Amino acid sequence: MVKVVLPELGEGIEKATVSFWFFKEGEKVNEKDDLVELTTDKATFNLPSPATGMLSEITFHEGETVHPGEVLGALEENQ
Amino acid sequence: MVNIFDLGLVDFKEAWDFQKKVFSDVKNGELTHAFILCQHNPVITLGRQATSKNILIPESELKNKGIEVFNVERGGDATYHGPGQLMFYPILNLNYFKRDIHIFLRKLESIAMQTFSEFSVATQRIKGLTGVWFKDKKIASIGIAIKNWITYHGVAMNIKQDDLSNFSLIRPCGMDIMMTSLETCIGEKISVRDIKKILTRRLQNGESCFARVGGRD
Repeated sequence: MVKVVLPELGEGIEKATVSFWFFKEGEKVNEKDDLVELTTDKATFNLPSPATGMLSEITFHEGETVHPGEVLGALEENQ
Repeated sequence: MVNIFDLGLVDFKEAWDFQKKVFSDVKNGELTHAFILCQHNPVITLGRQATSKNILIPESELKNKGIEVFNVERGGDATYHGPGQLMFYPILNLNYFKRDIHIFLRKLESIAMQTFSEFSVATQRIKGLTGVWFKDKKIASIGIAIKNWITYHGVAMNIKQDDLSNFSLIRPCGMDIMMTSLETCIGEKISVRDIKKILTRRLQNGESCFARVGGRD
């Protein structure tokens, strides 16, 4: 399992809001695909998929607040 | 090599498509980065935090005025763009600099403030309110999008006085704020072309912050 973790976005940026996921749970994704869009201050930020596989879990949904280092979701890697 | 594209006065959609093309070129490594300058025909754009209630007149009236509305992928709320406003879209690969959204936003503010300072207009930041302000009025608005740590969208600098009235069609940035322009601040006519020259010179000389976007002011 590969965790999807929100990276540090910048100095003093302590939270971001999930705009939407580009995929649903159970769908296949490729490494570097746009996986989830977040907003913070006057910026949107697309987090790419860290691996190729299936999006197995979404932990933070649209409109929810997430902090750097927290796990947004998880992928089951292709064997 | 600094790639600067001056599109002139164009419809928002045309410039938006061009940004996406240049973004792809930067992502593919065909360009290291690029800067797009232009003015837009009257348009309202709604960023990701926008709600339609921040447009204050019916859509039919906007149509009569020839003002289009676009939902766009940048951060921020509602804003207006029109002739007399200089748009500055940096398509910059932050992987080559510092991957820090906060510093990048502050750098965008800096470049607008430095440009205004050439006319002896002292503008400022207001903590927590991204953008550039002259006293309590906004003179430059910022909204960006970042994919793969490559930036697009950018800064709108209000230069000409005439077109500010269209900001009354919206609640800019979702707030009850007043807008101003460089012409209003100095009480003289200024051409957008002159501002473009200043900005281009700064970018070409690298003296603007983009040559060292990872650094501090």
